[in-house]
Amino acid sequence: MELETCTFSYCQRPEIVEIETDILLIGGGMANCGAAFEAARWATPKGIKVTLVDKAAMDRSGAVAMGLSAINTYMGENDPADYVKYVRGDLMGITREDLVYDVGRHVDDSVHLFEEWGLPVWKRADDGHTMDGAQPAKKLAEGGKPVRSGKWQIMINGESYKVIVAEAAKKALEYNRQGTGQEQNLYERVFIVKLLPDPKIANRVAAAVGFSVRENKAYVFKAKCMLLAAGGAVNCFRPRSVAEGQGRAWYPVWNAGSTYAMAAQMGAELVLMENRFVPARFKDGYGPVGAWFLFFKAKATNALGEDYCVTHFESTKAKYGKYCSDPHKLGTAIRNHMMMLDMKAGKGPILMNTHNAMAELGKTMDAKQIKHLEAEAWEDFLDMCIGQAGVWAGYNIDPSKTPSEIMPTEPYLLGSHAGCAGIWVSGPDDLGAPKEWNWGYNRMSTVKGLFTAGDGVGASGHKFSSGSHAEGRIAAKAMVALCLDEPNYKPTLSKSIDELAGEIYLPFEIYEKYKNYSTDPATNPYYIRPKMLQARLQKIMDEYVGGVSTWYMTSKTMLEKGLEQLVMLKEDSLKMAAADLHELMRCWENYHRIWAGESHARHILFREDSRYPGYYYRGDFDLVDDTNWKCFTISKFNLKTQQWELSKRDYVQLIPD
Amino acid sequence: MPSFVMTEKCDGCKGQEKTACMYICPNDLMKLDRDRMKAFNQEVEQCWECYNCVKICPQQAIEIRGYQDFIPLGGNVIPMRGSDSIMWTVKFRNGSLKRFKFPIRTTAEGSVDPYKGKPEPDFNTLKKPGFFNLASVKSIK
Repeated sequence: MELETCTFSYCQRPEIVEIETDILLIGGGMANCGAAFEAARWATPKGIKVTLVDKAAMDRSGAVAMGLSAINTYMGENDPADYVKYVRGDLMGITREDLVYDVGRHVDDSVHLFEEWGLPVWKRADDGHTMDGAQPAKKLAEGGKPVRSGKWQIMINGESYKVIVAEAAKKALEYNRQGTGQEQNLYERVFIVKLLPDPKIANRVAAAVGFSVRENKAYVFKAKCMLLAAGGAVNCFRPRSVAEGQGRAWYPVWNAGSTYAMAAQMGAELVLMENRFVPARFKDGYGPVGAWFLFFKAKATNALGEDYCVTHFESTKAKYGKYCSDPHKLGTAIRNHMMMLDMKAGKGPILMNTHNAMAELGKTMDAKQIKHLEAEAWEDFLDMCIGQAGVWAGYNIDPSKTPSEIMPTEPYLLGSHAGCAGIWVSGPDDLGAPKEWNWGYNRMSTVKGLFTAGDGVGASGHKFSSGSHAEGRIAAKAMVALCLDEPNYKPTLSKSIDELAGEIYLPFEIYEKYKNYSTDPATNPYYIRPKMLQARLQKIMDEYVGGVSTWYMTSKTMLEKGLEQLVMLKEDSLKMAAADLHELMRCWENYHRIWAGESHARHILFREDSRYPGYYYRGDFDLVDDTNWKCFTISKFNLKTQQWELSKRDYVQLIPD
Repeated sequence: MPSFVMTEKCDGCKGQEKTACMYICPNDLMKLDRDRMKAFNQEVEQCWECYNCVKICPQQAIEIRGYQDFIPLGGNVIPMRGSDSIMWTVKFRNGSLKRFKFPIRTTAEGSVDPYKGKPEPDFNTLKKPGFFNLASVKSIK
């Protein structure tokens, strides 16, 4: 195919804005809100500039945009070592225990700040009843007792969680802006699409480029270091709902794998990209089940009333051994596995028996307490997944009378929730981890100056919102240290400004060049619009890489065929076309999704076991093989050869069983 | 459940450069039709039903109608977000109603003073675990 280039012969050249900063924060979610708060405090007295770029508006960007009904990581009275054991167990034995422990020992401070800033946190009264977060009570930092929905989770009234956390971050950025004399250091509605290496120093990131989704402007940010925390990857796989319901992704639909794609393209090592999360959620609305399981003590059964975690326990134990040894501590993947055995046997629908749980709780409660309980159950949806309330409203479901269907979703790639795909990073140096796990700066990738946090950090799941915020702060401190260590480093651009603007705006040029060839620009042989790019990616991933249509099953032969098609799709992405700025954003998002999806497929192909049964299966290696595969898998896109290189790296247990 | 804008109620935020819904949508979906001065959702199948446009609209001109590929007609869920709490009205397909009120924040909007009462950073601890306001943390025993 002929290679297209953009010389602005057809589309308008954007205004180009060049910004020089020291610390660049890419993404405005929980991780970078934490980073902004911590970085500004250290950086400002030293004259170090901090700049944040967000694709959306920070008040409501990232995975917490809708709100949350719980904070899933709060240690309180617990030992972070026990948190490591829990995370390790849920992620099938392989985690970076140094990183997980590091999150655990820092996370509570972030939660205490959230409460100080105004987040209502539920409290347990002395007589045992629950109080919402607006009632007068001691704060957590003062010894107030949270309402635990599980060992690690606490309940909140979190409709405005992100607004509150963003307010603190924006104020911190403003403190830095004034203190360092910057004209502007918060850029909303600017989408970073590529990172650039420093041409003078091998393996160092020097700049990030992107564009405004609202006006005809391209942006080039030069920085000494950057924190790439732009979320996980949603909609790489064909979703179960393919019409307008495809927006109802479980994870935020705007998380486009930009973190993994841009890091991979810089040659950073990725780890455990074969990991995915397939949450079992209320069917279609994808409402949360955690509070129903943990807080309301509801049980899930098949349609015949059988508990699949009981009926399939012995056979699953026989197959997966120690990963299914304690019926009270079954990992999320294993529970999915057992649920799907029943679904495949036609024993569905799988039901969350909300009515039985409410009846059981009602036995010891008066009418007022039951009403309170009902409100708590609805709040769980209304705080974080309002659409599920809409499903119940549409189907006339009263949870105290009717059970609700649950279902495993399409796969998601992420590193902060119950998954551990992501970037291989340097860890803390004081926890006894192998020396190779620490090369200087905490949470820095294998590319100098490129840091990550939240969904970006691999092999360290179960951070959730609070852990991501704390991890952003950990990374921010390390970035300030890097800036102080290298006061004379000046980033250099590897390409001319015009070249960069041309690369970003190429989909405009292509569209304008060819749009009149056909009477309807929607159908044209010279380009591919982002919707079709996404549809093709989703079809390949679904059918070959273990999506819902094969019950998450794949194999070497299937993956090889899928990768053949992915490579051609990547070639076609050089012909993606956009009619307006919104579509230009979609083009680059889907380009990132292709890279994220490809890395996922390559990792699954490399790992010759089915490490995460219930999330995916290799039909040709249908076992959890601890003899050969209890290890990290590492991929690196070799920039010289333009080939992916995969390797094993030893897992080391730091916390004894 | 994609958002939709009611023609009668939307005033295009009175001709400002961007509407409130455009400002807030995390997925860049809301767009202003300048000829009619009315906002609309330009890509409904990418709507996460986060309700941020509904909550922010000064005219209460935006609602959500259930995704028609899996939700029967007739229900709706409507918020009224205040400065310290939110009221929800859930209307079921069969006409029954439920109302809930939940707190959303315990401080005044805009009142966060992030470093008030917090220590200055101690640069001797920069490369150690902890935060500027958290001098010591645990280590593996």
